[in-house]
Amino acid sequence: MSIIYDRRRFLKTTTLAAGATALPMTLVELAFAKPADNFSFAYISDSHIQQIKGAQFVRNWDRGLIRAVAEANLLSPRPDFVIFGGDLAQMGSKPELDHGAEMLSKLNGKVYHVMGEHDYYLDLGEYWSKLFGKHYYSFDHKGVHFVVLNSILTYDEWTFDRWPTAERRMAEMAGLDNPNGSPFMVGQKQRAWLKKDLSRIEKSTPIVVLSHSPLQKIYKGWNFWTEDAEQVQALLAPFDKVTVLYGHVHQIQYNQIGNISFTSAMATAWPWPYPETYAQAQQMLPKLTVHMNRADPFFERDATGWQLIDIHTGRASVNYNLYNNAARTVAFDEHSGQPKDLSYQETDGRIAPQVHY
Amino acid sequence: MKFISIVICAVLVVGASTAAHADEFTQEDLDRWSKQFDGVVKQGRTLWTTPELSKNGVVCGQCHPNAANTHPETYPKFQKQLGKVASLWEMVNWCLRNPLEAEPLAADDPRMTALLAYITWERRGVKLEPGKH
Repeated sequence: MSIIYDRRRFLKTTTLAAGATALPMTLVELAFAKPADNFSFAYISDSHIQQIKGAQFVRNWDRGLIRAVAEANLLSPRPDFVIFGGDLAQMGSKPELDHGAEMLSKLNGKVYHVMGEHDYYLDLGEYWSKLFGKHYYSFDHKGVHFVVLNSILTYDEWTFDRWPTAERRMAEMAGLDNPNGSPFMVGQKQRAWLKKDLSRIEKSTPIVVLSHSPLQKIYKGWNFWTEDAEQVQALLAPFDKVTVLYGHVHQIQYNQIGNISFTSAMATAWPWPYPETYAQAQQMLPKLTVHMNRADPFFERDATGWQLIDIHTGRASVNYNLYNNAARTVAFDEHSGQPKDLSYQETDGRIAPQVHY
Repeated sequence: MKFISIVICAVLVVGASTAAHADEFTQEDLDRWSKQFDGVVKQGRTLWTTPELSKNGVVCGQCHPNAANTHPETYPKFQKQLGKVASLWEMVNWCLRNPLEAEPLAADDPRMTALLAYITWERRGVKLEPGKH
Protein backbone atom coordinates (compact mmCIF):
# COMPACT_ATOMS: atom_id res chain seq x y z
CA MET A 1 0.00 0.00 0.00
CA SER A 2 1.45 3.32 -1.05
CA ILE A 3 -1.48 5.52 -0.02
CA ILE A 4 -0.49 8.03 2.64
CA TYR A 5 -3.29 8.92 5.02
CA ASP A 6 -3.29 12.30 6.56
CA ARG A 7 -4.10 12.22 10.27
CA ARG A 8 -7.27 14.25 10.21
CA ARG A 9 -8.62 12.11 7.46
CA PHE A 10 -7.56 8.96 9.30
CA LEU A 11 -9.41 9.92 12.45
CA LYS A 12 -12.52 10.86 10.53
CA THR A 13 -12.44 7.54 8.71
CA THR A 14 -11.90 5.46 11.83
CA THR A 15 -14.62 7.31 13.76
CA LEU A 16 -17.09 6.68 10.97
CA ALA A 17 -16.01 3.09 10.59
CA ALA A 18 -16.31 2.43 14.31
CA GLY A 19 -19.75 4.03 14.43
CA ALA A 20 -21.03 2.16 11.42
CA THR A 21 -19.77 -1.32 12.15
CA ALA A 22 -19.09 -1.23 15.90
CA LEU A 23 -15.62 -2.62 15.26
CA PRO A 24 -13.38 -2.26 18.29
CA MET A 25 -11.03 0.71 17.86
CA THR A 26 -8.05 -1.58 18.18
CA LEU A 27 -8.95 -3.48 15.00
CA VAL A 28 -9.64 -0.33 13.03
CA GLU A 29 -6.41 1.13 14.20
CA LEU A 30 -4.42 -1.92 13.16
CA ALA A 31 -5.79 -1.57 9.64
CA PHE A 32 -5.10 2.11 9.13
CA ALA A 33 -2.73 3.60 11.65
CA LYS A 34 0.94 4.26 11.36
CA PRO A 35 2.22 1.72 13.86
CA ALA A 36 5.02 3.96 15.05
CA ASP A 37 2.59 6.57 16.38
CA ASN A 38 0.18 4.24 18.08
CA PHE A 39 0.31 1.85 20.95
CA SER A 40 -1.86 0.38 23.65
CA PHE A 41 -1.53 -0.43 27.30
CA ALA A 42 -3.74 -2.21 29.80
CA TYR A 43 -4.99 -0.41 32.89
CA ILE A 44 -6.05 -2.41 35.95
CA SER A 45 -7.08 -0.61 39.13
CA ASP A 46 -8.60 -0.71 42.61
CA SER A 47 -8.34 -4.36 43.61
CA HIS A 48 -8.61 -3.73 47.38
CA ILE A 49 -7.05 -7.04 48.39
CA GLN A 50 -8.36 -7.54 51.92
CA GLN A 51 -6.91 -9.81 54.56
CA ILE A 52 -9.31 -11.70 56.84
CA LYS A 53 -6.57 -13.28 58.97
CA GLY A 54 -3.34 -15.12 58.29
CA ALA A 55 -3.34 -16.40 54.74
CA GLN A 56 -7.11 -15.84 54.32
CA PHE A 57 -8.20 -13.02 52.03
CA VAL A 58 -11.65 -11.88 50.85
CA ARG A 59 -12.35 -14.25 47.96
CA ASN A 60 -14.50 -11.85 45.94
CA TRP A 61 -11.77 -9.17 45.63
CA ASP A 62 -9.10 -11.80 44.88
CA ARG A 63 -11.23 -13.14 42.02
CA GLY A 64 -11.57 -9.67 40.53
CA LEU A 65 -7.83 -9.15 40.26
CA ILE A 66 -7.14 -12.71 39.13
CA ARG A 67 -9.65 -12.32 36.30
CA ALA A 68 -8.29 -8.97 35.12
CA VAL A 69 -4.71 -10.29 35.13
CA ALA A 70 -5.71 -13.44 33.23
CA GLU A 71 -7.63 -11.47 30.61
CA ALA A 72 -4.91 -8.84 30.18
CA ASN A 73 -2.46 -11.68 29.53
CA LEU A 74 -4.68 -12.90 26.70
CA LEU A 75 -4.49 -9.61 24.77
CA SER A 76 -3.12 -9.99 21.30
CA PRO A 77 -1.29 -8.07 20.04
CA ARG A 78 0.42 -7.51 23.39
CA PRO A 79 -0.05 -4.10 25.03
CA ASP A 80 3.23 -2.23 25.49
CA PHE A 81 2.86 -2.23 29.27
CA VAL A 82 0.33 -2.39 32.11
CA ILE A 83 -0.66 0.33 34.57
CA PHE A 84 -1.90 -0.61 38.00
CA GLY A 85 -3.93 2.39 39.13
CA GLY A 86 -3.65 2.09 42.92
CA ASP A 87 -5.53 0.65 45.91
CA LEU A 88 -3.98 -2.76 45.51
CA ALA A 89 -4.57 -3.30 49.25
CA GLN A 90 -7.57 -2.49 51.45
CA MET A 91 -5.83 -1.67 54.74
CA GLY A 92 -2.30 -1.09 53.41
CA SER A 93 -0.80 -4.06 55.23
CA LYS A 94 2.24 -6.06 54.21
CA PRO A 95 0.26 -9.32 53.78
CA GLU A 96 -2.27 -7.54 51.54
CA LEU A 97 0.38 -5.82 49.40
CA ASP A 98 2.39 -9.05 49.18
CA HIS A 99 -0.66 -11.09 48.17
CA GLY A 100 -1.65 -8.46 45.60
CA ALA A 101 1.89 -8.25 44.24
CA GLU A 102 1.98 -12.01 43.90
CA MET A 103 -1.19 -11.98 41.77
CA LEU A 104 0.14 -9.06 39.70
CA SER A 105 3.43 -10.88 39.16
CA LYS A 106 1.59 -13.17 36.75
CA LEU A 107 1.14 -10.25 34.34
CA ASN A 108 3.30 -10.51 31.25
CA GLY A 109 5.28 -7.35 30.60
CA LYS A 110 6.26 -4.20 32.42
CA VAL A 111 3.89 -2.87 35.11
CA TYR A 112 3.86 0.77 36.24
CA HIS A 113 2.28 1.42 39.63
CA VAL A 114 0.21 4.32 40.94
CA MET A 115 -0.20 4.92 44.69
CA GLY A 116 -3.70 4.69 46.19
CA GLU A 117 -4.80 5.86 49.64
CA HIS A 118 -5.42 2.26 50.75
CA ASP A 119 -1.79 1.46 49.93
CA TYR A 120 -0.44 4.52 51.68
CA TYR A 121 -1.95 5.50 55.01
CA LEU A 122 -0.70 2.61 57.15
CA ASP A 123 3.04 3.20 56.71
CA LEU A 124 2.96 6.20 54.35
CA GLY A 125 3.87 4.08 51.36
CA GLU A 126 7.05 2.60 52.78
CA TYR A 127 6.38 -1.06 52.08
CA TRP A 128 4.62 -0.27 48.79
CA SER A 129 7.81 1.53 47.75
CA LYS A 130 9.92 -1.53 48.49
CA LEU A 131 7.72 -3.55 46.15
CA PHE A 132 6.99 -1.07 43.41
CA GLY A 133 9.42 1.86 43.56
CA LYS A 134 8.94 5.62 43.59
CA HIS A 135 5.72 7.30 44.72
CA TYR A 136 5.81 9.67 41.73
CA TYR A 137 7.86 9.63 38.55
CA SER A 138 7.73 10.16 34.80
CA PHE A 139 8.75 8.21 31.73
CA ASP A 140 8.61 8.54 27.96
CA HIS A 141 7.12 6.02 25.61
CA LYS A 142 6.88 6.28 21.82
CA GLY A 143 6.74 10.06 21.84
CA VAL A 144 4.29 10.37 24.75
CA HIS A 145 5.38 11.77 28.11
CA PHE A 146 3.83 9.83 31.01
CA VAL A 147 3.62 11.34 34.48
CA VAL A 148 2.64 9.26 37.51
CA LEU A 149 1.51 11.33 40.49
CA ASN A 150 0.84 10.40 44.09
CA SER A 151 -2.39 12.40 44.32
CA ILE A 152 -3.76 10.93 47.56
CA LEU A 153 -1.66 12.99 49.99
CA THR A 154 -3.44 15.29 52.39
CA TYR A 155 -2.81 17.98 55.03
CA ASP A 156 0.23 17.29 57.21
CA GLU A 157 -1.70 17.81 60.43
CA TRP A 158 -4.13 15.05 59.47
CA THR A 159 -1.37 12.69 58.39
CA PHE A 160 1.15 13.23 61.16
CA ASP A 161 -0.59 14.67 64.23
CA ARG A 162 -4.20 13.66 64.41
CA TRP A 163 -4.28 9.91 65.00
CA PRO A 164 -2.90 7.87 67.89
CA THR A 165 -1.80 4.95 65.67
CA ALA A 166 -1.00 4.22 62.04
CA GLU A 167 -3.75 1.56 61.97
CA ARG A 168 -6.30 4.13 63.11
CA ARG A 169 -5.12 6.60 60.45
CA MET A 170 -5.49 3.93 57.76
CA ALA A 171 -8.96 2.94 59.01
CA GLU A 172 -10.15 6.56 59.05
CA MET A 173 -9.01 7.12 55.45
CA ALA A 174 -10.37 3.75 54.28
CA GLY A 175 -14.03 4.67 54.85
CA LEU A 176 -15.11 6.43 51.69
CA ASP A 177 -17.95 8.36 53.33
CA ASN A 178 -16.16 8.85 56.65
CA PRO A 179 -16.47 12.48 57.78
CA ASN A 180 -13.15 12.05 59.66
CA GLY A 181 -11.31 11.61 56.33
CA SER A 182 -9.39 14.39 54.62
CA PRO A 183 -9.35 15.69 51.03
CA PHE A 184 -6.71 14.31 48.67
CA MET A 185 -4.04 16.54 47.21
CA VAL A 186 -0.89 16.40 45.12
CA GLY A 187 0.81 18.93 47.36
CA GLN A 188 3.28 21.73 46.89
CA LYS A 189 6.43 19.60 46.81
CA GLN A 190 5.14 17.33 44.09
CA ARG A 191 3.69 20.24 42.09
CA ALA A 192 7.15 21.82 42.11
CA TRP A 193 8.59 18.52 40.85
CA LEU A 194 5.89 18.33 38.16
CA LYS A 195 6.64 21.86 37.00
CA LYS A 196 10.32 21.04 36.69
CA ASP A 197 9.61 17.69 35.01
CA LEU A 198 7.38 19.33 32.41
CA SER A 199 9.78 22.23 31.77
CA ARG A 200 11.95 20.06 29.52
CA ILE A 201 8.99 18.78 27.48
CA GLU A 202 7.90 20.34 24.16
CA LYS A 203 4.40 21.79 24.31
CA SER A 204 3.40 19.66 21.34
CA THR A 205 4.36 16.41 23.11
CA PRO A 206 1.29 14.45 24.20
CA ILE A 207 1.09 14.16 28.00
CA VAL A 208 -0.62 11.30 29.84
CA VAL A 209 -1.00 11.81 33.59
CA LEU A 210 -1.77 8.81 35.79
CA SER A 211 -3.17 9.56 39.21
CA HIS A 212 -5.31 7.70 41.72
CA SER A 213 -7.70 10.54 42.58
CA PRO A 214 -9.55 12.42 39.81
CA LEU A 215 -7.40 15.65 39.54
CA GLN A 216 -10.75 17.40 39.31
CA LYS A 217 -13.47 18.19 41.83
CA ILE A 218 -16.51 15.95 41.65
CA TYR A 219 -17.78 15.15 45.16
CA LYS A 220 -15.83 16.01 48.26
CA GLY A 221 -17.93 13.82 50.60
CA TRP A 222 -16.52 10.67 49.01
CA ASN A 223 -13.15 12.17 48.10
CA PHE A 224 -13.93 12.06 44.38
CA TRP A 225 -11.77 15.09 44.66
CA THR A 226 -8.30 16.60 44.54
CA GLU A 227 -7.92 19.70 46.70
CA ASP A 228 -5.28 21.35 44.50
CA ALA A 229 -6.79 20.16 41.21
CA GLU A 230 -6.81 23.68 39.71
CA GLN A 231 -3.11 24.17 40.42
CA VAL A 232 -2.21 20.83 38.84
CA GLN A 233 -4.43 21.58 35.85
CA ALA A 234 -2.69 24.94 35.45
CA LEU A 235 0.67 23.16 35.07
CA LEU A 236 -0.83 20.95 32.36
CA ALA A 237 -2.64 23.77 30.56
CA PRO A 238 0.21 24.86 28.25
CA PHE A 239 0.37 21.48 26.50
CA ASP A 240 -1.60 20.72 23.34
CA LYS A 241 -2.77 17.24 24.24
CA VAL A 242 -3.22 16.16 27.84
CA THR A 243 -4.97 13.04 29.09
CA VAL A 244 -5.57 12.29 32.76
CA LEU A 245 -6.38 8.67 33.61
CA TYR A 246 -7.45 8.03 37.20
CA GLY A 247 -8.79 5.27 39.41
CA HIS A 248 -10.39 5.55 42.87
CA VAL A 249 -13.98 6.18 41.74
CA HIS A 250 -14.90 2.57 40.77
CA GLN A 251 -17.12 3.81 37.93
CA ILE A 252 -17.01 5.27 34.43
CA GLN A 253 -16.45 9.01 34.39
CA TYR A 254 -15.11 11.26 31.66
CA ASN A 255 -14.78 14.96 31.26
CA GLN A 256 -12.98 17.73 29.42
CA ILE A 257 -11.58 20.80 31.17
CA GLY A 258 -9.84 23.13 28.75
CA ASN A 259 -7.22 21.06 26.95
CA ILE A 260 -7.30 18.22 29.49
CA SER A 261 -9.28 15.04 28.83
CA PHE A 262 -10.20 13.03 31.91
CA THR A 263 -11.22 9.36 31.91
CA SER A 264 -11.58 7.08 34.93
CA ALA A 265 -10.92 3.37 35.38
CA MET A 266 -13.19 0.67 36.73
CA ALA A 267 -12.32 -1.25 39.88
CA THR A 268 -11.68 -4.96 39.77
CA ALA A 269 -13.12 -5.29 43.31
CA TRP A 270 -16.55 -3.63 43.50
CA PRO A 271 -18.43 -0.72 41.85
CA TRP A 272 -19.42 2.53 43.56
CA PRO A 273 -22.68 4.40 43.15
CA TYR A 274 -22.57 7.72 41.34
CA PRO A 275 -22.50 10.51 43.92
CA GLU A 276 -25.82 11.88 42.66
CA THR A 277 -27.53 8.72 43.94
CA TYR A 278 -26.85 10.02 47.46
CA ALA A 279 -29.98 12.06 48.01
CA GLN A 280 -28.55 14.31 50.76
CA ALA A 281 -25.59 15.73 48.86
CA GLN A 282 -24.59 18.18 46.20
CA GLN A 283 -22.05 16.83 43.74
CA MET A 284 -20.59 17.83 40.43
CA LEU A 285 -20.39 14.78 38.22
CA PRO A 286 -19.04 15.86 34.84
CA LYS A 287 -21.91 16.48 32.47
CA LEU A 288 -20.21 14.49 29.73
CA THR A 289 -20.42 11.24 31.63
CA VAL A 290 -22.97 8.66 30.51
CA HIS A 291 -23.41 6.48 33.59
CA MET A 292 -22.23 2.91 33.66
CA ASN A 293 -24.89 0.24 33.81
CA ARG A 294 -25.61 -1.90 36.85
CA ALA A 295 -27.03 -4.92 35.10
CA ASP A 296 -27.21 -7.44 37.94
CA PRO A 297 -25.89 -6.75 41.44
CA PHE A 298 -26.26 -10.46 42.21
CA PHE A 299 -23.50 -11.18 39.68
CA GLU A 300 -20.29 -10.94 41.67
CA ARG A 301 -18.35 -9.00 39.04
CA ASP A 302 -21.23 -6.70 38.07
CA ALA A 303 -20.05 -3.20 37.15
CA THR A 304 -16.39 -4.04 37.68
CA GLY A 305 -13.78 -4.45 34.95
CA TRP A 306 -10.51 -3.25 33.50
CA GLN A 307 -9.34 -1.16 30.56
CA LEU A 308 -7.35 -1.42 27.36
CA ILE A 309 -6.17 2.01 26.33
CA ASP A 310 -5.17 2.86 22.77
CA ILE A 311 -3.03 5.91 22.27
CA HIS A 312 -3.27 7.21 18.74
CA THR A 313 -1.75 10.50 17.65
CA GLY A 314 -1.36 11.34 21.32
CA ARG A 315 -5.04 10.89 22.27
CA ALA A 316 -6.55 8.09 24.30
CA SER A 317 -9.34 5.65 23.56
CA VAL A 318 -10.35 3.84 26.71
CA ASN A 319 -11.88 0.43 26.02
CA TYR A 320 -13.76 -0.78 29.07
CA ASN A 321 -13.99 -4.53 29.48
CA LEU A 322 -17.09 -4.86 31.68
CA TYR A 323 -17.62 -8.61 31.82
CA ASN A 324 -21.38 -9.34 31.73
CA ASN A 325 -22.19 -5.73 30.87
CA ALA A 326 -21.67 -4.51 27.30
CA ALA A 327 -18.14 -3.27 26.68
CA ARG A 328 -17.81 0.49 26.22
CA THR A 329 -15.26 2.72 24.53
CA VAL A 330 -14.71 6.30 25.56
CA ALA A 331 -12.50 7.98 22.97
CA PHE A 332 -11.30 11.51 22.36
CA ASP A 333 -13.43 13.00 19.61
CA GLU A 334 -11.53 15.43 17.37
CA HIS A 335 -14.64 17.24 16.18
CA SER A 336 -16.03 18.12 19.59
CA GLY A 337 -12.66 18.23 21.35
CA GLN A 338 -13.73 16.04 24.24
CA PRO A 339 -13.96 12.36 25.20
CA LYS A 340 -17.11 10.64 23.99
CA ASP A 341 -18.63 7.22 24.40
CA LEU A 342 -18.68 5.65 20.95
CA SER A 343 -22.04 3.94 21.56
CA TYR A 344 -23.88 5.81 24.29
CA GLN A 345 -24.61 9.47 23.78
CA GLU A 346 -26.80 11.62 25.97
CA THR A 347 -29.71 13.06 24.03
CA ASP A 348 -28.54 16.50 25.04
CA GLY A 349 -24.94 15.47 24.44
CA ARG A 350 -23.94 18.59 22.53
CA ILE A 351 -23.28 20.74 25.57
CA ALA A 352 -20.04 22.67 25.91
CA PRO A 353 -17.39 21.06 28.09
CA GLN A 354 -17.24 22.29 31.65
CA VAL A 355 -14.34 24.58 32.28
CA HIS A 356 -14.61 25.09 36.03
CA TYR A 357 -16.28 23.64 39.06
CA MET B 1 -65.08 -14.87 88.93
CA LYS B 2 -65.96 -11.75 90.79
CA PHE B 3 -62.30 -11.05 91.32
CA ILE B 4 -61.60 -11.34 87.57
CA SER B 5 -64.33 -8.89 86.66
CA ILE B 6 -62.91 -6.41 89.13
CA VAL B 7 -59.54 -6.74 87.47
CA ILE B 8 -61.12 -6.26 84.03
CA CYS B 9 -62.96 -3.19 85.27
CA ALA B 10 -59.75 -1.80 86.67
CA VAL B 11 -58.00 -2.36 83.34
CA LEU B 12 -60.85 -0.66 81.48
CA VAL B 13 -60.70 2.30 83.80
CA VAL B 14 -56.95 2.64 83.36
CA GLY B 15 -57.39 2.20 79.58
CA ALA B 16 -60.05 4.88 79.49
CA SER B 17 -57.98 7.32 81.45
CA THR B 18 -54.99 6.75 79.07
CA ALA B 19 -57.24 7.28 76.06
CA ALA B 20 -58.29 10.62 77.47
CA HIS B 21 -54.66 11.80 77.19
CA ALA B 22 -53.92 10.27 73.79
CA ASP B 23 -53.74 13.53 71.83
CA GLU B 24 -51.90 15.43 74.45
CA PHE B 25 -48.29 14.48 73.84
CA THR B 26 -45.75 16.99 74.88
CA GLN B 27 -42.52 18.38 73.51
CA GLU B 28 -40.87 16.05 75.99
CA ASP B 29 -42.56 13.08 74.28
CA LEU B 30 -41.45 14.29 70.85
CA ASP B 31 -37.90 14.74 72.03
CA ARG B 32 -37.84 11.26 73.52
CA TRP B 33 -39.25 9.61 70.40
CA SER B 34 -36.90 11.43 68.11
CA LYS B 35 -33.98 10.58 70.39
CA GLN B 36 -34.99 6.91 70.28
CA PHE B 37 -35.14 7.02 66.48
CA ASP B 38 -31.86 8.88 66.12
CA GLY B 39 -30.20 6.35 68.41
CA VAL B 40 -31.35 3.46 66.23
CA VAL B 41 -30.22 5.27 63.05
CA LYS B 42 -26.85 5.83 64.69
CA GLN B 43 -26.66 2.18 65.66
CA GLY B 44 -27.50 1.33 62.03
CA ARG B 45 -24.70 3.57 60.76
CA THR B 46 -22.30 1.80 63.13
CA LEU B 47 -23.40 -1.64 61.92
CA TRP B 48 -23.11 -0.34 58.33
CA THR B 49 -19.52 0.82 58.71
CA THR B 50 -17.98 -1.71 61.12
CA PRO B 51 -17.45 -5.45 60.59
CA GLU B 52 -19.65 -6.49 63.54
CA LEU B 53 -22.09 -8.44 61.33
CA SER B 54 -19.43 -9.59 58.86
CA LYS B 55 -17.50 -12.83 58.71
CA ASN B 56 -14.80 -11.64 56.32
CA GLY B 57 -14.27 -8.02 57.39
CA VAL B 58 -16.18 -6.60 54.42
CA VAL B 59 -18.65 -3.91 55.57
CA CYS B 60 -21.88 -2.64 53.97
CA GLY B 61 -20.41 0.85 53.56
CA GLN B 62 -17.57 -0.47 51.41
CA CYS B 63 -19.94 -0.77 48.42
CA HIS B 64 -22.68 1.57 49.66
CA PRO B 65 -21.19 4.85 50.95
CA ASN B 66 -23.94 6.74 52.80
CA ALA B 67 -26.15 3.72 51.98
CA ALA B 68 -26.33 4.96 48.36
CA ASN B 69 -27.65 2.59 45.67
CA THR B 70 -29.83 0.69 48.12
CA HIS B 71 -33.07 2.19 46.74
CA PRO B 72 -35.25 1.76 49.87
CA GLU B 73 -37.99 3.80 48.19
CA THR B 74 -38.46 1.13 45.49
CA TYR B 75 -39.20 -1.80 47.85
CA PRO B 76 -41.12 -4.06 47.92
CA LYS B 77 -40.42 -4.88 44.30
CA PHE B 78 -40.04 -7.85 42.00
CA GLN B 79 -36.50 -9.12 42.31
CA LYS B 80 -35.66 -11.16 39.24
CA GLN B 81 -32.84 -13.00 40.98
CA LEU B 82 -35.23 -14.23 43.72
CA GLY B 83 -38.18 -14.77 41.37
CA LYS B 84 -40.61 -12.95 43.65
CA VAL B 85 -41.59 -9.63 45.14
CA ALA B 86 -39.11 -8.97 47.94
CA SER B 87 -38.80 -6.53 50.82
CA LEU B 88 -35.67 -4.57 51.56
CA TRP B 89 -34.74 -6.71 54.57
CA GLU B 90 -34.44 -9.72 52.27
CA MET B 91 -31.97 -7.79 50.14
CA VAL B 92 -29.99 -6.81 53.25
CA ASN B 93 -29.79 -10.51 54.07
CA TRP B 94 -28.60 -11.26 50.54
CA CYS B 95 -25.70 -8.88 51.14
CA LEU B 96 -24.99 -10.36 54.56
CA ARG B 97 -24.82 -13.88 53.07
CA ASN B 98 -22.81 -13.03 49.95
CA PRO B 99 -20.33 -10.12 50.05
CA LEU B 100 -20.11 -10.29 53.87
CA GLU B 101 -20.16 -14.13 53.95
CA ALA B 102 -22.17 -13.90 57.19
CA GLU B 103 -25.37 -15.20 58.80
CA PRO B 104 -28.65 -13.52 57.82
CA LEU B 105 -30.72 -11.66 60.43
CA ALA B 106 -34.37 -12.21 61.36
CA ALA B 107 -36.69 -9.61 59.87
CA ASP B 108 -37.50 -8.26 63.33
CA ASP B 109 -33.98 -8.46 64.71
CA PRO B 110 -33.24 -5.06 66.31
CA ARG B 111 -30.03 -4.95 64.24
CA MET B 112 -32.07 -5.36 61.04
CA THR B 113 -34.35 -2.56 62.24
CA ALA B 114 -31.27 -0.41 62.81
CA LEU B 115 -29.86 -1.14 59.33
CA LEU B 116 -33.20 -0.35 57.68
CA ALA B 117 -33.57 2.82 59.76
CA TYR B 118 -30.14 4.01 58.64
CA ILE B 119 -30.72 3.15 54.97
CA THR B 120 -34.08 4.95 54.95
CA TRP B 121 -32.75 7.98 56.84
CA GLU B 122 -30.02 8.50 54.21
CA ARG B 123 -32.76 8.43 51.55
CA ARG B 124 -35.13 10.84 53.31
CA GLY B 125 -37.01 13.23 51.08
CA VAL B 126 -37.06 10.88 48.08
CA LYS B 127 -40.58 9.98 46.98
CA LEU B 128 -41.86 6.43 47.44
CA GLU B 129 -41.88 4.39 44.23
CA PRO B 130 -42.64 0.79 45.25
CA GLY B 131 -42.04 -1.73 42.50
CA LYS B 132 -39.82 0.62 40.48
CA HIS B 133 -36.71 -0.59 38.66
